[in-house]
Amino acid sequence: MYKLLLCVRYLRTRFIALASIISVMLGVATMIVVNSVMSGFGTEMRSRIHGILSDVVVETNSLDGVHDTNRWMTIIREVGGDDIESLAAMVEIYGMMTYDYRGQPVMKTVQLIGIEPRTKSDVSPIAGLFETSLDSYQQIKEQGQVVREPLRSADEPVGWELTADAAEDRRHRIELEQRFLEQREWERKRSQPEAEALDHDPSTLFEPINAKTSKDAETASPPDFSEGEEPAIAVDPAAPQRARLYVGAGLVEYVYTDEETGKAKVMRIIRPGEDVMISTISAGRPEPVRFHATVVDIFKSGMSEYDGNLVFCNLEELQKVRGMIDPQTKDGAVTSIQIKLKNYDRAAEIVKRLSTALPPGLFSVRTWEQKQGPLLAAIEIEKAILNVLLFLIITVAGFGILAIFYMIVVEKTRDIGILKALGATSRGVMTIFLSYGLALGIVGSGVGVAIGLLFVTYIDNIEKGLSKLTGRKIFDETIYYFPKIPTDVSATMVIWVALSAVMIAVLASVLPARRAARLHPVEALRYE
Amino acid sequence: MTELLALETTRRLMQPTPIAPIHLASIALEKSYRKGDLQIPVLHGVEINIRRGEFLSIVGQSGSGKSTLLHVMGLLDSPSVGEVLLDGDRIDDLPQKTRDELRNRVFGFVFQFYHLLPELTVLENVLAPLMIRHSMVSYWKRRREFRAAAEEILEKVGLTHRLKHKPNELSGGEMQRAAIARALVAKPEILLADEPTGNLDAGTGQEIMGLLRNLNEQEGLTIVMVTHDESLARSAHRLVRLTEGRLELLHDAA
Ligand SMILES: Nc1ncnc2c1ncn2[C@@H]1O[C@H](COP(=O)(O)OP(=O)(O)OP(=O)(O)O)[C@@H](O)[C@H]1O
Ligand SMILES: [Mg+2]
Repeated sequence: MYKLLLCVRYLRTRFIALASIISVMLGVATMIVVNSVMSGFGTEMRSRIHGILSDVVVETNSLDGVHDTNRWMTIIREVGGDDIESLAAMVEIYGMMTYDYRGQPVMKTVQLIGIEPRTKSDVSPIAGLFETSLDSYQQIKEQGQVVREPLRSADEPVGWELTADAAEDRRHRIELEQRFLEQREWERKRSQPEAEALDHDPSTLFEPINAKTSKDAETASPPDFSEGEEPAIAVDPAAPQRARLYVGAGLVEYVYTDEETGKAKVMRIIRPGEDVMISTISAGRPEPVRFHATVVDIFKSGMSEYDGNLVFCNLEELQKVRGMIDPQTKDGAVTSIQIKLKNYDRAAEIVKRLSTALPPGLFSVRTWEQKQGPLLAAIEIEKAILNVLLFLIITVAGFGILAIFYMIVVEKTRDIGILKALGATSRGVMTIFLSYGLALGIVGSGVGVAIGLLFVTYIDNIEKGLSKLTGRKIFDETIYYFPKIPTDVSATMVIWVALSAVMIAVLASVLPARRAARLHPVEALRYE
Repeated sequence: MTELLALETTRRLMQPTPIAPIHLASIALEKSYRKGDLQIPVLHGVEINIRRGEFLSIVGQSGSGKSTLLHVMGLLDSPSVGEVLLDGDRIDDLPQKTRDELRNRVFGFVFQFYHLLPELTVLENVLAPLMIRHSMVSYWKRRREFRAAAEEILEKVGLTHRLKHKPNELSGGEMQRAAIARALVAKPEILLADEPTGNLDAGTGQEIMGLLRNLNEQEGLTIVMVTHDESLARSAHRLVRLTEGRLELLHDAA
């Protein structure tokens, strides 16, 4: 009984104990906050990486791709059996994207992915991969105000059509260009009818749009070109190119800080409806080709790796221009097949079965995690290292407790002597200080957990407040794409952190408690 | 232990006569402190028999070892040589736990410098021996009974108006009386009082003495009291002087 009473009294009267409570508290709170944010980032990253890929990826080892897609898909379906939810075939190649910005050509290396948006969406673990990442489906907000409603309703299926706005925009721009060109032409003829300085002619900039069919037709596979509605499109000068693109946001926009408000703003260089030039680079059989394509939408997954690299193209057109379509069978070659599984836990086994079933030289089969292994491993290692460092903080707090407790034991030497003289056992005296440590640990980590959780809950408000206070943006959207700081609080993590903090507090009090227990009563009584 | 408790009940019936059985005794008690290589002897073979219900006074020069003797007899310290006997049984070589328990149940200490716990109120200080004796649960169950006992003792020493005060809010005399109350609350068999009147004026000193004599006469409490004041000491049954580590009888009223 006296143990509890004294423990509580010592706790209440020693303000120095408050210092150790605070240090435990801060340690616990930071550990919870950092862990939550780290795993928030981690989960977010993982889900974005996973979202772009699919559960299992079958890739051809040649850039040329393989024909007979249906046969391979049938094999995969047979081997995978019931585990397979859906498949999507695609062409993944590297290329360059070129466009003009203020008269200067801008060139970007890109990863060009020919897809069928519907099937690609189906293999993604994200419900509505494109609906959530394409610009035209998003509502745009600025400072909580809606500045643009979604251009497409959520139930409109993803496709390669321009939105009405983009089409109108395109028509308007092309008309302007044409008029401008005509005027230039007229002026030139009038002033210097004989001079022909082609390299000074700004019309080269716009040449692609007006002369679109001629150049494309040369590079694309000629046999297919004669068919279809081609002549009809050629009639309408504002009709989009046959190659359509979803361009990663990072490729066509850049973020700058507004001088006046200090806020991050996005400058978009290419808007849907504009044309860009795509050139494929290739070491394989399909010759490098150049073609014009109309940007249908801007793609923003939130992973800068993807947004700054990926360009989705309509699969058939890409196969066509690259000459990947067999002239006889009209069968297009693909370079990879993505697989969505019903249950991802079975991925390893499916990969094993597919690897043996498919010709080994032709394909490599990997799960998305294996494919993105180094990136994922980096996240994990980062988290582990941070945890070790943060745990050191709590250990430091532990040493603080040790020192403070030692002080209290020394200060209370006479009291300990008194207690022993009154018949308290060594164990009893030890219990006082151990439970003192336990109480410190529990109170410290309890308050720490509360503070940490509150911090995580209101992290965005706190970030805003701090940014305002320091005049510097702490969480910069220009670096991270997340509009909010992602957090992920796991109960096990919180419990683990709290328990280990309590443990450390108790461990730190063992030494002083033992010293207290071993004091000789008479000597303790004589202590001044 | 049960034997001891049985004795405690019979104790009250006995009168403090010389023929009462020997309660606490020491045989050839020696105690020396080590200071570096030097052995500083304090007690040189102290032989004493204290009868049940006896009131013994010890006088002696400062530094003669009176406090040390009380500590050794009360199991706070162990003798270098010699034995301490309680009811004829050796107690100084018992295991630590048993000695802790004996200290709590059999002996009541009043220290020279009060030694109250500064964080606790007077009432809690007085209750401390009971808190130590009982587990948390049994203490909680009997807390009213214990509180009543503590209040009764505090009334006896005249501290009813200071129950909720902290020791540092008390005068020396009040602290001394609180210390006495603490020593008595657990109903000990033997009270070891180290200068219980040392810091008090003559009047208050007499009061405390009266209190002790009352306890001795009415409850048959065995009292060993160290004092500087020979006039106070003479009111005891027996008066001994500690010189050069040995006891010498000065006065025997019986
Ligand atoms: N722990 C110790 N280490 C060394 N010497 C000690 C120790 N305790 C006591 N002594 C010595 O033992 C002697 C007796 O001390 P003690 O406290 O018993 O004296 P006392 O008779 O009670 O004196 P006073 O009347 O002043 O209280 C003193 O000389 C003291 O210096
Ligand atoms: Mg003394």
